[in-house]
Parts: sequence; C-alpha cells; structure tokens
Amino acid sequence: MRQVRSEAIRGTILRQSRRAHVGHIGSSLSIADIVTVLYGRVLQISAVTDPDRDRFILSKGHAVLAVYAALHELGILSKDALDTFCGDGTAVGMHPEAALPGIDFNSGSLGQGLSLGAGAALAARIQGSSRKTYVLMSDAELNEGAVWEAALFAAHQRLGNLIAIVDANGQQALGMTKDVMNTEPIMEKWLAFGWDAREVDGHDVEVLADTLLGLDASDGKPKVLIARTVFGKGVSYMEGQIKWHYWPMNEEEFANALQQVGDPREDAR
Amino acid sequence: MRQAFIRELVELARKDERVMLLTGDLGYLALEPFMEEFPDRFLNCGVAEQNMVGVATGLADAGFIPFVYSIVTFATLRCFEFIRNGPVGHNLPVRIVGVGGGVEYGHNGPSHYGLEDVGALGLLDGMEIYCPLEAPHAAKVLRATYDRPAPIYYRLGKDEKARVTGQDFGFKVGAVDRINNGSDALLMTLGAYAVEGQQAVTELGSRASIAHWGVSSLIPFPTIEVEDALGRYPLIVTVEAHRPHGGLGSKVAEIAAAKGSSCRILRLGIDGFFGGTSGSQSYLYDQAGISPAKVAGTILGELGRV
Repeated sequence: MRQVRSEAIRGTILRQSRRAHVGHIGSSLSIADIVTVLYGRVLQISAVTDPDRDRFILSKGHAVLAVYAALHELGILSKDALDTFCGDGTAVGMHPEAALPGIDFNSGSLGQGLSLGAGAALAARIQGSSRKTYVLMSDAELNEGAVWEAALFAAHQRLGNLIAIVDANGQQALGMTKDVMNTEPIMEKWLAFGWDAREVDGHDVEVLADTLLGLDASDGKPKVLIARTVFGKGVSYMEGQIKWHYWPMNEEEFANALQQVGDPREDAR
Repeated sequence: MRQAFIRELVELARKDERVMLLTGDLGYLALEPFMEEFPDRFLNCGVAEQNMVGVATGLADAGFIPFVYSIVTFATLRCFEFIRNGPVGHNLPVRIVGVGGGVEYGHNGPSHYGLEDVGALGLLDGMEIYCPLEAPHAAKVLRATYDRPAPIYYRLGKDEKARVTGQDFGFKVGAVDRINNGSDALLMTLGAYAVEGQQAVTELGSRASIAHWGVSSLIPFPTIEVEDALGRYPLIVTVEAHRPHGGLGSKVAEIAAAKGSSCRILRLGIDGFFGGTSGSQSYLYDQAGISPAKVAGTILGELGRV
C-alpha cells in the first residue's frame, strides 16, 4: 500500500517554500489533505507513462508544491529534483508543466483545467478505458466563465468518469471570495448544471477517501466534491490570512510552522 | 472551400481513426458528410469555443487528431489563450479550422471579420499556419499536413467556386505556389486572395510583367524562395485579407531587413474597421484599397508607369 501522509506533504510544502523563499504556501496547505488522499488512495497510476493511468489536473496550478510533495512521497520525483523547486532551468516550477514526469497537463491560467479534463475523460470513454480523470480547482477559480462552459459540456456528454474537486477555502488573491466575486452557493450551481455534487470536509482524509472511492463512474453524471477547506490549514498563523497567498516565511516563522504540522523528518533540509 | 476540406477530412477519417471533428455549433451545409459517416467522432460542442479547444487538447493528449471548426474570429481570437496553453503549450496535434478569413462575412459586419487571426496565431511558438488558395487546393493542403505533429491553423475561404485559373496546384510545406512569371515586380498573395491577385495581374496585362506567387504555407514560411526573390525583383508587393502587419507582408519585410536587401517591399492589407459600416467583400476590398483594380493601380504607380 502506498504511504502518503498529509504531515509529510505539509512538511515538504514548508521546507521547499522556505528553501526557495517563495509564497503560495497557504494555497498549497489548503489542498494538502485532498492531494494526500488522491495520491495515497485514489489515483491508479501503475506508471506515469501508462496510457490507462488515471489523469490528474491541478487547475489551480499555483498550489502545485503539494503535488510535487506527493510525487516525491511516491518516488516519482527525486529529492534532488524536488530541491530544484523554483530554481533556474527546472521543470519543477511554481505552476505545473507536463514536461515533468508525473504531471499530466500544464496549468497556471485559472479556469482551463476542467476543459482539458473533459477532453481527457471523453477520450477515455471513446477508447474504452476505465481510467478516470480528476480535476482540482479552487472556489475563486469558479469566477472564470470557461469553467461553466466545461461544466455544461461534461454534463451534456454524460462524462461520469470525470471527477472535479473544488478546494473551497473562501479566499482569493486580494480578499475573501464572498467579497471579491461571490461564487456561493457552489453546490446548487453544480447541481443546476447537471452534476452529481456533494459537500465534504476537505481536511478529513477518511471522508475524502470514502467519498472519492465510492463514486460510480458508470452513472453518466460528472461528479464534483465541494471540499470545504481552510486556507493555510495546519499552520495557525497562516489560516485564513490573505498575506500567505504571497509571503515567504522567515526562519522563525518556518520553525514555528514546521513544529505545528508535525513532520519529524530531518532529511529534507 | 470548406466543403472540399470536409470531403477530404471524411476520406482521411476512413483511413485514420484518430481523426475527430468538433464544431462550435457552426458548419451548416458543410459538416454533414462527416457527421453522418462518423457520428462517434463528431461533436457539436455548442457555442463555447474556449471549452472546445480545451476538450480538443485533452483528446489530442490521448492520441486523437481533433479538428476544431468555427468562423475565423471565433476559432482563433475568442479562445486564443486556450490555444496557447493547450495545443501549443503541450505541442499536441489539435487543428484549428477557421472559415471566412478577411471580410468574407461582409454583410455580417466587423464582429465576423477575420483580420488579426494569422498575426495572433503566428506568434505562438510551434504553430503551423496553412491558407489554401482555392477549394481543390484545400483538399491537397489537408492531405499533406493533417497528421503532422505540430498544432495547425487552417484558414479557409468560404467560396467553393472561385478558382485560380490555368493552374493545377500541388502543395509542399514551406514552398510558394507559383501562379505567374514576370520580371518587373513580384506580387505575393496570402491564401484565398490568390484569386483576386490573379485578377490584378490580368488587369495589368501588357502594362507590366508581374510574377505572382500564392502563399498557402505561411508557417513554415518559404524563406529561401523569398530570399532569392529579394535579389531578383526591385519590388515585392504583398496583399492579404488581413491587417497589413503580422502576416505575409511582415514576414517578407522581416526577411528583407535581415538580409539588408534594397528590394522595396509594399505591404497591402485591410486597416481599420470601416467606421462600423459593412458591405460585400468586393466593396470592402475596394474601400481598403485591395480590390484587384486598386492593387493593379498601386503596382503601376510604384513602377512609375501611371
């Protein structure tokens, strides 16, 4: 059984953000538990080049450090490669690039991932493959109109093998989503668009795993999980704070954060 | 030329299961042969061009060759960033098929004019652009290019009947289509404007000896042939149903500049939006100064033979 622990994901997010002296920490922590469950228990990836592997698209690409952490846990991304995060000439950048083994699609411009996922899911159906396609978005990303083009398309084409997850942390770059451009009620919108929509605690790994593993791809409805999350989850002084969309940590903040997430490994620095 | 293009696409789809056709809810009286023969490989994606290009990207990543069809401006500009980050960013064989370059949708007005498509898509690294000259040529261009690994933009004219006369064109990637020989000046036209270009040459008659090259392979560009022409002609006139910059004329001028050539380059195209007015293609060509008669007059003026 693959072992991916959310403590390890958070530990890597903090260590690499500190090493590279970059931000987007809160966004990555927000999806740490979702990514833990996806890579630890849900995604079927026998090899990153297997045409029948499940596909995963991180449409909110700026949080990709959480995905790098998971790929590292699975042995797909080496420690040396991980240590090039945000360096010069690396494919391990601030947004995902398919040039990096383990990344299925590029992203970084919000609102495009669900369309790519719809195409990938449609291809699987035409090719008679049971592989599934997972797309992780943010609630603020739902500001983008193209998301709703894709939502209409996936429901109309009955793409039951397409699973979207909305990381609903209620925040975006310059403020709270409800104040910037409200996307609530999120679930009702997806239901109205013809999706199987359900709301879950985005930090409860057991609930996330049970829900994702319990989805029936054959019912002809695309699925969406509205995962209620906390921005910066796991580091008290970051939780719900806009500034951690941008700021890197200083040494003191880093030590404090690392202690809070409880990742005891010492090999990572 | 869209009917000829689609007929050829049906032929290709019979032999190659990777071929798919997606439309943004356009193509009445053009797409039916494909829809009827390959219902499982045809998809009306609705009036949602951004998503259509994203879906095509996902399909191409899984091994398909998706053709994405709409009117030029909707197929290129509406979804420009999806093209950039999708097929181009992943170097996947998605085919953007735009119908009605320039002002072919004349009476429909400026919203339907395709005047910036070639310039915009030409900026995308790795994108190939083909602009067939006439309907039978569109089939040849498609056959020769459909399975190339790069993303491709095909710019198709609406006119099924217009022909460049006296020619049976072949097609070669990165080569010009030689329509007429001459020595006083070289007229280069982009895609479907070859028909009007030939009319301009006819209008000049014995008053000037004009070579006429049609350009259908815009990217890859026929650079070597143009470099050679710079040394053989004192004047090159480019005409395109597009802005006079960003397309054929700009490419010729850039090559001339890089070579330090003394050849005069005159770039003709369509500037402005006609002040919000519309009209037939021939009327708008005249307004823009690129009717065959006005192109002929401009060439004569440049040659000092007015």
